[in-house]
Amino acid sequence: MDFVLLAEQALNGVQLGILLFLLAAGLTLVFGIMDFVNLAHGSFYMLGAFLFATFYTWTGSFMLGILFGIPATLVVGVVAEITCLRTLYARNHLDQVLATFGLILFFNQLVQVIWPLDGLSVPMPEFLDGSVNLGLGIEYPVYRLMIIISGLAVAFGMFFLVTRTRLGMLIRAGASNRTMAGALGVDINLLFTCVFGLGAALAGLAGMLVMPIIQATSGMGEQILILAFVVIVIGGIGSIRGAFIAAIIAGIIDTLGRSFLDVFLLLLLPENAAEAAGPALSSMLIYILMAGVLFFRPQGLFPPQQR
Amino acid sequence: MKLRNFMGIASAMALTAIPASAMAEPIKIGFVTTLTTGAAVIGKDQQNAVNLAIEHMGAKMGGRDVKIIFGDDEFNPQKGKQKTEKLVKRDKVDIVAGYIWSHVLMASAKTVLDSGKILISANAGPSPLAGKRCNKNFFNISWQNDQTPMALGEVLNQRRVESIYVLAPNYAAGKNMVAGVERTFKGKVLGKDMTKWPTQIDWAAEFTKVKAAHPDAVFTFYPGKHGGAFIKQYQQAGLTGRIPLYSVYTIDSIGLPKMQKAKLKGVLGTYMTQMWAPDMKNAQNKRFVADFKKKHGTYPSFYAAQAYDSMFFIKSAVDAVGGKIADTDGMRAALEKADFASVRGAMSMGKNHFPVQNFYLRKVVTDSEGNWTTAIQDTVYTNHVDPYAKDCKM
Repeated sequence: MDFVLLAEQALNGVQLGILLFLLAAGLTLVFGIMDFVNLAHGSFYMLGAFLFATFYTWTGSFMLGILFGIPATLVVGVVAEITCLRTLYARNHLDQVLATFGLILFFNQLVQVIWPLDGLSVPMPEFLDGSVNLGLGIEYPVYRLMIIISGLAVAFGMFFLVTRTRLGMLIRAGASNRTMAGALGVDINLLFTCVFGLGAALAGLAGMLVMPIIQATSGMGEQILILAFVVIVIGGIGSIRGAFIAAIIAGIIDTLGRSFLDVFLLLLLPENAAEAAGPALSSMLIYILMAGVLFFRPQGLFPPQQR
Repeated sequence: MKLRNFMGIASAMALTAIPASAMAEPIKIGFVTTLTTGAAVIGKDQQNAVNLAIEHMGAKMGGRDVKIIFGDDEFNPQKGKQKTEKLVKRDKVDIVAGYIWSHVLMASAKTVLDSGKILISANAGPSPLAGKRCNKNFFNISWQNDQTPMALGEVLNQRRVESIYVLAPNYAAGKNMVAGVERTFKGKVLGKDMTKWPTQIDWAAEFTKVKAAHPDAVFTFYPGKHGGAFIKQYQQAGLTGRIPLYSVYTIDSIGLPKMQKAKLKGVLGTYMTQMWAPDMKNAQNKRFVADFKKKHGTYPSFYAAQAYDSMFFIKSAVDAVGGKIADTDGMRAALEKADFASVRGAMSMGKNHFPVQNFYLRKVVTDSEGNWTTAIQDTVYTNHVDPYAKDCKM
């Protein structure tokens, strides 16, 4: 096991973690502040990818694709919230699960109606193609590096928003004690719509960033949504800091597990058993971590202060 | 007296009329494929090929009309099994064909075979059905999963590749592919990653391992949409041009137009093995490819070629039994003869009801009109029998 391999895998893990954070941030806000289970969050991820692909193809510019795609996804999120999700806040989680599951099916079919059946694919922009030498013999794809940098920028922006702005203060108040915040005169409906739109935009951004690596296809949101839920459970529901740290941990564990677990198992088990157990175990690792967190610290690693 | 005569004549006429009307009943063929989810492109390719085949044969088999009832397995074994049950029990089809995915076929086969009907796989070739669990009513008109990668292992030996890194999904077909290449490849397997199927679609960690292992070549199998994402990420990781890529069932005529639009030049010049290619020169294939291209604007994939063959395969048997498709023993004997014009050229049916056929080395090239397609470079195996045939006690 050499340093270059370890360093590159660590970068891969961080990159996966950043993508998970973008998804988890919106999810944890919506769940934490509005106490709303939104399974359709993965659909905003998917819509973001498709909208970005469409704008990119129209304008021919990667940056313009993202610049148009983010507000477009935000609009879709706000429209969804105002038209159908608003009525669900008062209801119990099971009703919310059922309704948002229906939204998943709706969006999956909608995407196949509006866009080609097998999804969209965009070429990688020239300035982001290829690999870059980071020194010490580490070569890393430029695009994935860009994902890490932009994700960190967004994380920093979120931190600034939550701790230094009025909106952030309202969000934190809503996360701590919604009823009290409402009683103190905060327009809860507007706050909720803002939070929901922000979450949708973040999910859409994650979809856009990942789109040139994998293609945009119907149903791409479900797979990563499960991981996002695991991340917010580990991190603590309602806490963006928790979502960030848990996402990085999840990304690193998943990547290092896929990279080194089979090597590790080969030391303990015969070759056939190690080959079969390796992929099975490495895909389980993150859930084992979640189970552990739930057992020892059920409120998550960094729960928001409850007053 | 007169009434009795009349009744006698009337009933005699009725009795002769019944078989005639039974003969006028259309033959119902159930075809299970994937028509929804992202993998629907493959199913649609097969559906187009089946419809083209029926059109080419004038929608008649053995003098009777033919009706195809499509079932959508939604890329899911449970759904595939449900649709198979519907076709067999509710629609009462005479014969079942199709099945892209090995895991869907394994889940659905019992339903058809237990009902005494004949089942023809137009793609999936899992090893159990070729070997220990072979069944007199099961036929495969494509290949056995291990054969194509075995041919590829042979190619690697011929090209003096000494070490490879293996990347494949962790399900029935993925395991067969890896077993196939390991059976014939004489060099070293430096690393093997069986990724989670179908959820894992990002190979960043795996490509980093490949770079660290320095293999002579990479062998991979990722059917459907995963193939496109894999090639894309292979190029982005800087592996294109550095480590040659050999694949089976990953690059096909469905994915190539999209790869061409996305300018994935890395796919040009990669090698794969198959028992068919669009440029084969026999008359049946020429008509199939030309008409398919005229109707749908793209080359057909091997999935389509096999689906097209499955219809003519069934027709050859129905013609042989004179339209009496209910005569299962007669149908079986005719299917075992495989006396039909296949788009792949000459082939015969093996003892275990899997084809005995040639396998070719194919390369991704640009055709005379500038479209990316695959072309045959060499014959790797002649009249190859799959390795599980000896385990089949039929």
